[in-house]
Amino acid sequence: MFILIMRRLGLAVLTIFIISLIVFFGVEALPGDAATAYLGQLATDESLKALREEFGLNKPPLERYVNWLGDLVKGDLGESLSRKKPVTELIGNRFRNTAVLAAAATIFAVPIAIVLGVIAGLTRDKWPDITVSLVAIISMTLPGFVTATVLIYIFAIRLAWFPAVTLISSDAPVSQLLPNIILPIITLTFVMVAHILRLVRTNMIDVMVSDYVQMARLKGVPMIKIVFQHALPNAMLPTINIIALTIAWLVGGVAIVETIFNYPGIGSLMIHGISDKDLPLIQGIAIILSAIFIVINLIADLLALILNPRLRTARGH
Amino acid sequence: MAIPAQVAERPTIIKSRNPIAETWDNLRRSWSGMFGLSLIVIHLVVALLSPLFVPHDPLVMNSKIANQAPSSAHLMGTDKLGRDVFSRSMVGGRVTIVVTILATVIAVSWGGLGGILFGFLGGRADEIFMRFVDAFLSIPWLLILLLIVSILGTEMWVQILTFGFTYGVSTIRIARAATLDHVTNDYILAARARGEHRRTIVLRELLPNVLDVMLVDGAMNWSWMLLGFTSLSFLGFGVPPPTPDWGSMIAKNREILAIQPWAVFGPVIMLSTLIIGINLFADAFAKALGLDRSQGAPV
Repeated sequence: MFILIMRRLGLAVLTIFIISLIVFFGVEALPGDAATAYLGQLATDESLKALREEFGLNKPPLERYVNWLGDLVKGDLGESLSRKKPVTELIGNRFRNTAVLAAAATIFAVPIAIVLGVIAGLTRDKWPDITVSLVAIISMTLPGFVTATVLIYIFAIRLAWFPAVTLISSDAPVSQLLPNIILPIITLTFVMVAHILRLVRTNMIDVMVSDYVQMARLKGVPMIKIVFQHALPNAMLPTINIIALTIAWLVGGVAIVETIFNYPGIGSLMIHGISDKDLPLIQGIAIILSAIFIVINLIADLLALILNPRLRTARGH
Repeated sequence: MAIPAQVAERPTIIKSRNPIAETWDNLRRSWSGMFGLSLIVIHLVVALLSPLFVPHDPLVMNSKIANQAPSSAHLMGTDKLGRDVFSRSMVGGRVTIVVTILATVIAVSWGGLGGILFGFLGGRADEIFMRFVDAFLSIPWLLILLLIVSILGTEMWVQILTFGFTYGVSTIRIARAATLDHVTNDYILAARARGEHRRTIVLRELLPNVLDVMLVDGAMNWSWMLLGFTSLSFLGFGVPPPTPDWGSMIAKNREILAIQPWAVFGPVIMLSTLIIGINLFADAFAKALGLDRSQGAPV
């Protein structure tokens, strides 16, 4: 058990290291460097030279990578080109805002998804299942900006219940965020619910035909007890990983939703970074978002390991 | 080249009928699958022929008739610049559809072959390669796409290669997993024992057996790419103006959502019907092939 956990931890650290390689040298492989990308049309020989000097871009790539990685380990992500501020400072509050959004969406999405997933799984191929599955496919695959736009039209323009855009600064207190983020939360919840419920449904179907559920039925255990005591706990186990994947997707995929609602999160900062061709900022956000993805998956793996004794003896991956 | 002798030797695959006919038979019984397929076909026909039948030139501006509500002359009204929304919605999927279809072909081809190859070879090379694949897949997809496109430009071939490359990485995992299910089978062992060349085993033995997984993955990839491409376009990194395009139409016309919502609804309806069509089809297709698609992770 201990060895298994240490292996998972080691693997996570290794993956984050490889991500840093991909992020740094991937950006390096693209034509031009941070200076030409940032200055674009305005670049002159002098201004390029000055900027390269200022940010140490004229050193060889390997040396810069080692420096960047060294700073990264110390928690320093370098300095943004467009805003002349440390990247960590820019990310700080926005990261908290995105976390609030993601947490709120998760709190709503998980129970809804489990309830709908169980209903669909128990009524396989009958109308409740068909309806739920159809709606799930639609809400899962529509781009976030489409869902958001339709929601804005209905709830912000027609009904005027919620604001269409958030007009708050990135360092506003959480209490001020809450009324503004209802539409972004609903948008994200749609997608999350769909992903999770599809897996709950499949697991429910698998579990309900298993021997021990059949046995319980034959013994005359009431249906409600079978579902909640026998089936659901087992159907939930594999769901932990998909919930983690969905949360991790959410952290990366909120960018568009944040942009639409003008929400001051890390995703909209990422889009700004891309528009400004601010490579140090982009690299910093990339490594942070990827690391979150890895950590959330790691937690899910460990949780599954604790809850499912059978996994502990499983070797390898 | 004749290969009937090898086909007859495979004991695990007993299919009395033509697999294509069988899949089609299964698919035909699913109303949602057929509905999805019809939506796809309609979209392909519209993309191909729309320039011939749209009532107005989608590029012509006329400030006198800006922001008009739907009427008999303009079925979905006009946008801020007085262009016909219906015509633009019809034509607006052409670039998107061409780019995503070509990119899907590239993604499934390179990702599929790569996955089969590494699943077949196994060992150290496979382990190291998969670490890189996992790491790559941990980076937010939107960031990768935006970064490449913002630096290399938004020409069509750049987009096709970018999407083909990026989405192919997730295909590697799927193809590899499917291959690992087959590699230990006796018929692969037999092929190895016969002294078949590696290339022959990959192309003749493994590829046909994981092809069903690849095809379903291709359909899914197409839908994820549509999501990705239109998202990029929505953010202003897609098809350059004035070419009409769903993603950029939705982005631009959002300003007039309160006064002329049809300028947004037009492209929203077109894009949604295509994506929903692909997914209904992909679900039914996976079921017809005996695969379960619902385990797929969000990418």
